[in-house]
Amino acid sequence: MSDIPITPDLLEESARAADRSRWQEWIATVDHKKIGTLYLITTLAFFCVGGVEALLIRIQLAWPGNTFLGPDAYNQIFTMHGTTMVFLVVVPLLLGLANYLTPLMIGARDMALPRLNAFSFWVFLFGGILLYFSFVAGHAPSAGWFSYAPLSEKGYSTRNGLDYWALALLGIGVGTISTAINLIVTIINLRTEGLTIRRLPLFVWMVFVNSFLIIAALPALNASLVMLLIDRQLHAHFFTQLGGGSPILWQHFFWSFGHPEVYIMVLPAFGIISEVIPVFSRKPIFGYGFVAASTVAIALLSLGVWAHHMFAVGLGHAWEYAFGASSLLIAVPTGVKIFNWIATMWGGSIRFTTSMLFAIAFLLTFTIGGLSGVTFATVPIDWQVTDTYYVVAHMHYVLFGGTLFGVMAGVYYWFPKMSGRMLSERWGKVHFWLMFIGFHMTFFVQHFLGLDGMPRRVYTYPNRPGWGVMNMISTIGAFVIGISVLVLLANIQISRRSGALAGDNPWNAWTLEWATSSPPPEHNFDMAPPVRGPRPLWDLAHPQGGRT
Amino acid sequence: MWVCAFILAVVTIATFYILVRYRRRDDREPDQTTGNKTLEIVWTAIPLALVALLFGLSVMTARAVDHKIQRAADVVVTGRQWWWDVRYGANAITANEIHVPVGREILVEVDAADVIHDFWAPRLSRKVDAVPGHPNFIWIRADQPGVFAGACAEYCGAQHAWMRFRVVAQDEASYEAWLAHQSTGAATPSNGDAAVGAKRFGELTCANCHAIRGINTQKQYAPDLTHVASRQMLAAERMENTPQNLRDWLREPKVVKPGCYMPNLKLSDQDLTDVTAFLETLQ
Repeated sequence: MSDIPITPDLLEESARAADRSRWQEWIATVDHKKIGTLYLITTLAFFCVGGVEALLIRIQLAWPGNTFLGPDAYNQIFTMHGTTMVFLVVVPLLLGLANYLTPLMIGARDMALPRLNAFSFWVFLFGGILLYFSFVAGHAPSAGWFSYAPLSEKGYSTRNGLDYWALALLGIGVGTISTAINLIVTIINLRTEGLTIRRLPLFVWMVFVNSFLIIAALPALNASLVMLLIDRQLHAHFFTQLGGGSPILWQHFFWSFGHPEVYIMVLPAFGIISEVIPVFSRKPIFGYGFVAASTVAIALLSLGVWAHHMFAVGLGHAWEYAFGASSLLIAVPTGVKIFNWIATMWGGSIRFTTSMLFAIAFLLTFTIGGLSGVTFATVPIDWQVTDTYYVVAHMHYVLFGGTLFGVMAGVYYWFPKMSGRMLSERWGKVHFWLMFIGFHMTFFVQHFLGLDGMPRRVYTYPNRPGWGVMNMISTIGAFVIGISVLVLLANIQISRRSGALAGDNPWNAWTLEWATSSPPPEHNFDMAPPVRGPRPLWDLAHPQGGRT
Repeated sequence: MWVCAFILAVVTIATFYILVRYRRRDDREPDQTTGNKTLEIVWTAIPLALVALLFGLSVMTARAVDHKIQRAADVVVTGRQWWWDVRYGANAITANEIHVPVGREILVEVDAADVIHDFWAPRLSRKVDAVPGHPNFIWIRADQPGVFAGACAEYCGAQHAWMRFRVVAQDEASYEAWLAHQSTGAATPSNGDAAVGAKRFGELTCANCHAIRGINTQKQYAPDLTHVASRQMLAAERMENTPQNLRDWLREPKVVKPGCYMPNLKLSDQDLTDVTAFLETLQ
């Protein structure tokens, strides 16, 4: 392949690149792997910040009547924790992985629109910094990550935290949308020869569907943020009842973004699981078509379920039944996925790597989160449990036990590809067990707190029977999670320098990213291998008998 | 719930069974099965039937909980940052404490005066948002006498945590007696610290926000104090209603409940004694 002509232009470009300093190289890069890495490092940093905020919250709630944080500080911190984890961690973390992996998995040289890609990252980072600048500017936002009007309006949030919040999210939203467009264009146009849409790796499938969901959902948020800013700065009345606006309108707008957002935060994790489980079970995914199609079903349904966040508003029974029914329906394709993952393991030869452990933990934890989700779709149960700690438990089961465990499976799975070195399996298992136990300790008891009547978003609570003990268990669990994250950070830092060399394909996996070196060269592939099925590297290894 | 528990049990047991049964034994690659259409259809159909069942049950329950409203509300509860205004008709006004007769359904109208709140007495009824300009109605019913906890369940700002209330369920006779008593006005005390306190209550501008029926009828921005001493708790369940707690609350409201709208009027010890004595007469 040494005969591939390199145009003079390209040579000139790389000569110039060599002159740049390391910093310049990262700042000016349009390489999808570097941008992906920037996303991952940035989100890891924000994850630590959001995690510290979570620990502050748990310290304050450790026992009834604690005075560690006052209400004002507590409200800023829980708002920032939610906003950070959703907008600065989970979504960009998944975008970062998608950014790094999509071109590699489809045998492309880079994203279709590399400069737009760089723009997306930097506008996201700028948004994140702007959000945190609000602390320096006097007052962080304190109306919750959902910022319900009229509490978020000037009359009730007089300081400028919410303006920072709205502007920051606007920037982040623009970055997210442009990345989604970029991913769609890339996946449609840059697949290597033979990689038809029905042979795409499931991770790419889910990223693809997810990107459409982003384009459908995020503009609703951006529009309502602008409306909120107009209300706050120019004294309009979109969301205030005085002057003819409607506070409930904000809720409709926000959740018509916010519920698809939940799936935006989980679909790529489904994709990761759909890569990890087959490889470590040594079997192809069970029901490829059903897993892919159920993703489309979830995406479509997710656009019509938002009002299940609003069953307590008093919308009227007809609306509640309609949205309850659509929300119940979404459980079906999700359940189908779980069954397919389990069936993939059936009859396999399972390797208990850290990555696989996280994938299995994902299955179990996400099932709990999914089932508690069904209880919200059941309208009368929602009337009891909404806005309580039951919801806090549910959504952490989905987002932490679901998405984050999925991402952890992905980190242990792809770290060797990205760095060229293996993460320590021994420390990985320590990390896994600490995180798994800490997680369930923190959040399982919260189901009972919620059912017993503890509302969410309270900075303290009365000393009712059992509440103190359960909150203390939860706080201890949170610190166990904190320790597990330190183990992860140490593992990454040490393995990055002195881990075992990975080689091209340490897991004996089947998708295209494992056909190139670890880490991949700037141009990804000298030549992408031929693709004749969904598992090109399996086909390569089994030219005769290997059915795919 | 038991449906959920059953599904969770199935998934968990299946997963563990598979993990044990199919853990790696050797390096041979297993059979490369790719799917089974019949199985897929079966495990799509079963959840579909389950959610259909759940939907039917939820419609039935919802209709039972929110049955038809055929009369005016018995009590109007209005959420304010961060307390509950409670009105039985025009004359009986109280705060953060709702009395109901045992065994009889009470229709509650839930309103809000500023931001969105949520009225929730977990043991007695569903929760419902208090949305400004959009009254909601719910039924509450206590089958046993007792005190039932309630809380604001929608995040509403600094003191969301201490925007709690209680529902006192009592037999029909005591309920009627309570209601009759709450409907009467208060009398100005004629002597002692309390008489001075009543005077100071007006002079210190307390009366600009708090109404005491029979003594002043100012517009209300703050809880009605006509029978404040008869209530069990202070400051939306922040503390018990004792003379000492009341005095602390008057002295430093922002310490007791940071962020609340009650100003610190920097009362002197004498004023504190007088005003507390006055308020304690408002049985």
